[in-house]
Amino acid sequence: MSAYTNHNQDPRLHGIKTKIRVVPDFPKAGIMFQDITTLLLDPKAFKDTIDLFVERYKGKNISVVAGIEARGFIFGPPIALAIGAKFVPLRKPKKLPGKVISQEYILEYGRDCLEMHVGAVETGERAIVVDDLIATGGTLGAAMNLLERVGAEVVECACVIELPELKGRERLNGKPLYVLVEYFDI
Amino acid sequence: MQTSRLLLCSSSASSSNQLLLFGSAVTLTLPSCLRFPSLSLTITNSTSSSIRFNSIRSTSSQMASKDSQDPRIARISSSIRIIPDFPKPGIMFQDITTLLLDTKAFKDTIDLFVERYRDQNISVVAGVEARGFIFGPPIALAIGAKFVPMRKPKKLPGEVISEEYSLEYGTDKIEMHVGAVQTGERALVIDDLIATGGTLCAAIKLLERVGVTVVECACVIELPELKGRAKLGGKPLFVLVEGEGA
Repeated sequence: MSAYTNHNQDPRLHGIKTKIRVVPDFPKAGIMFQDITTLLLDPKAFKDTIDLFVERYKGKNISVVAGIEARGFIFGPPIALAIGAKFVPLRKPKKLPGKVISQEYILEYGRDCLEMHVGAVETGERAIVVDDLIATGGTLGAAMNLLERVGAEVVECACVIELPELKGRERLNGKPLYVLVEYFDI
Repeated sequence: MQTSRLLLCSSSASSSNQLLLFGSAVTLTLPSCLRFPSLSLTITNSTSSSIRFNSIRSTSSQMASKDSQDPRIARISSSIRIIPDFPKPGIMFQDITTLLLDTKAFKDTIDLFVERYRDQNISVVAGVEARGFIFGPPIALAIGAKFVPMRKPKKLPGEVISEEYSLEYGTDKIEMHVGAVQTGERALVIDDLIATGGTLCAAIKLLERVGVTVVECACVIELPELKGRAKLGGKPLFVLVEGEGA
């Protein structure tokens, strides 16, 4: 489900969508890059973004907000703080010190690996996974795997932007996905 | 002498006992026994053989007695995990991820910064990738400032300006978007930790090159032995806890 297609479209969404900058041919030719940094320059739009997620997840007994490096680190912590959950960073290899578990995944353009600290999350905890954008769903899928491997329940994945044409939503093993805006590369 | 509550030494690295409080400079002459007092917190908590919480010293202000240290600092300090020999032998890595798992400690960390900066007319919080992305945005949101990410090369799309700097172990570069900040804006630079000060110094330079006033650098942890404080071009530094450097 996305807030954008909800028939009672929240008035804050328009302001959020217009603040996202599209940069053509980044990181390579043909890709229309969704740049959320311009959203972060607008305190009201940034606050509204966080508020929309917080309103959805507060009071749902979620104790873990996992954020994917690096842009998930921007949106995850404010949500975690507001709902009283811990923030768990999911990182590229060799960044987290100490004992980690790893999950490899396929990217749009290559292969990568995501890591999480052993002991960060306990069995039975309810978690959401946050990133700025879902494209093919590879990264989010790996994030979910990490959490499920340690016995956490992934309640939902939450992103600011979805690229529906890349069908990432279908790659989340049936887990729900909530996004604020959709971008169609027409 | 102002009686405002000072959490930490926020002085510059000069040898005179001069505290720079916001908007004013107060010169004090302190007897040597009150200069840079420190509290030693030794907490050993072995939950597994791979995790040890070693002592992290917190410092209270130069002016006040030990009692004035904010009560939230102790818990923040003890929630930080030290990992020996990461990323290489001899380095005692200050791991803030365990602080992020303690919801009260994380909230207190942000609150301490927000309380300090909310009435300072700061419109820009610049955070250094990647751990500065964790602390910067909550502060920015609470004080109504924009958040500006400072990133490793080739991560930011579109037009950027770059600044090279030396690391403890090599050189690196950070980048900022052209147009993210305007001349005359007042900014904070946030990172989880200051070691040698190279990264923060580069961040300050990037902002100053486009005409921004860097009001202060703010970190959760300082490694005073690495003398990063002295590399900030005279800019003040505010930290919550001190750790032992490599």
